[in-house]
Amino acid sequence: MKPAIVLWLVLVWPFAAFAQTEEIVLGLSHDEVAITATFTGTDILIFGAVKRDAPIAPGSPLQVVITVSGPSTPVTVRHKERRYGIWINTEAVLVDAAPSFYAVATTGPLQDVLSNTEDLRRSISISRAIRSVGAKVENSADYTEALIRVRAAEGQYQVLEGAVDLEQQTLFRAQVALPANLIEGTYATRIFLTRDGNVIDSFETGIEVQKVGLERWLFNLSHDFPLLYGLLSLTIAIVAGWSASAAFQSFRR
Amino acid sequence: MQIYLPIAEVSVNAFLILGLGGLVGVLSGMFGVGGGFLITPLLFLAGIPPAVAVATSANQIVASSFSALLAHLRRKTVDFPMGGVLLIGGLAGSWLGVYVFNYLKSQGQVDLLVKLCYVFFLGIVGSLMLVESLRALWRQRKTGKLPPRTKHNWVHNLPFKMKFRVSGLYISVIPPILVGLLVGILAAIMGVGGGFIMVPAMIYLLGMPTKVVIGTSLFQIIFVTGFTTLLHAVTSNTVDIVLAVLLILGGVIGAQIGTRIGARMKAEQLRILLALLVLAVCGQLAFDLLVRPSELFSVDAGAAA
Repeated sequence: MKPAIVLWLVLVWPFAAFAQTEEIVLGLSHDEVAITATFTGTDILIFGAVKRDAPIAPGSPLQVVITVSGPSTPVTVRHKERRYGIWINTEAVLVDAAPSFYAVATTGPLQDVLSNTEDLRRSISISRAIRSVGAKVENSADYTEALIRVRAAEGQYQVLEGAVDLEQQTLFRAQVALPANLIEGTYATRIFLTRDGNVIDSFETGIEVQKVGLERWLFNLSHDFPLLYGLLSLTIAIVAGWSASAAFQSFRR
Repeated sequence: MQIYLPIAEVSVNAFLILGLGGLVGVLSGMFGVGGGFLITPLLFLAGIPPAVAVATSANQIVASSFSALLAHLRRKTVDFPMGGVLLIGGLAGSWLGVYVFNYLKSQGQVDLLVKLCYVFFLGIVGSLMLVESLRALWRQRKTGKLPPRTKHNWVHNLPFKMKFRVSGLYISVIPPILVGLLVGILAAIMGVGGGFIMVPAMIYLLGMPTKVVIGTSLFQIIFVTGFTTLLHAVTSNTVDIVLAVLLILGGVIGAQIGTRIGARMKAEQLRILLALLVLAVCGQLAFDLLVRPSELFSVDAGAAA
């Protein structure tokens, strides 16, 4: 090794690295969501602090971007056109994988806190999150936009610009509302620290969403023993029909 | 009160679903229709995924039909031999219907076809019934007497004749089997019990007395929808038992009330009401097809492109 490099490594590198280090320390209000019979959605509080070994660097302020993403599934987007006087589905585009739920919370407008390059590299904004996994949406723009529009209207896709509170460039917190129509799986939660649109540090964790109790039992039964489940449904139907009839008979007497 | 449905994976208002079940139950008891042609679109509106709505409403129809059937059994207005013959056609038809349905699905456009089926059949059946009942009422008012229905048509010249004592008929088994078959196919494709087609067919084609028609069609519907429920549960896991229980609770109570209302009304009035109801649903569906939708794109989870 050349002496100059050794010198650089000993003298400059540790200092430079320390000066750059801003790390995320994260907390979640809960890292498990249990879907019970009376589940109506839940709020997740994502909070944390920025750990530093040096004073806050002067210049542009630190920004925080938080994403919560549900399990991805293939999605078919159909387009209606008027043919023979009626509105029918004409063309369809298959998106290989789109998250069932996606929320982006930031400290400010997304285009200010995140550069396009970083967005492209890390798939942070909703349209990137769909494309990055889908990759081959033909004629994409209209269909992807429609997908985002439809899901946003149902509260499944959320852009929460300015929803992250950042105190003293150190403590941050954000609340993300998970809707009632959640599907099961791991909800990947990512936190990015950015400065001038560049990501300085990122952190990833998961929130487990799972059915519990009766809901879990019924779901498993329907998939593991479908015939038994079907017969159970029919039995309930017949018994309910009979008992209602019997009850009304006794009322009349 | 919100409740989470484990198979549908959505949260719905329990009282809304109870109310839907009750409303459809009343109609089921009054007219002897399963109410599937109403409950399936209503469940779509409540935000239940279509596949789950179709499968679960089949299960609900079993319950409300069974409850209504018991009431008809006590009044001895069920023609079992006729029901049995219809059922033979019905089971074959529903098996065939599922086959046709899956074929159409692979070709795309199954939604449109289902809707067109609804508009076409509801429109024809509704208008025929309305015209026929209005004419009967009008004649009745003029002469003060019900006109005798035509006793003999082509239906009575076919082989394999059988005696149906409760209906007071001596006809070939071929027409009832064909009626059952057609209803079975439509039941599987449209996700309904098929009573709205079977009831008019039994009255006008087979010439059965109106009083017997309802009990007998209920008898057939129970078995066909029960079979359909099992098929859905086994092939696509789309029967939501929690949703079904809610619908059933409302439905069985509604059916009892409906049977009592039906017993107090004249057959002609019942037919006019049923015709108007069928036409209303038909009009709604046709309207949806003709008017430009506010969102031209739709999103389906799943890769069925």
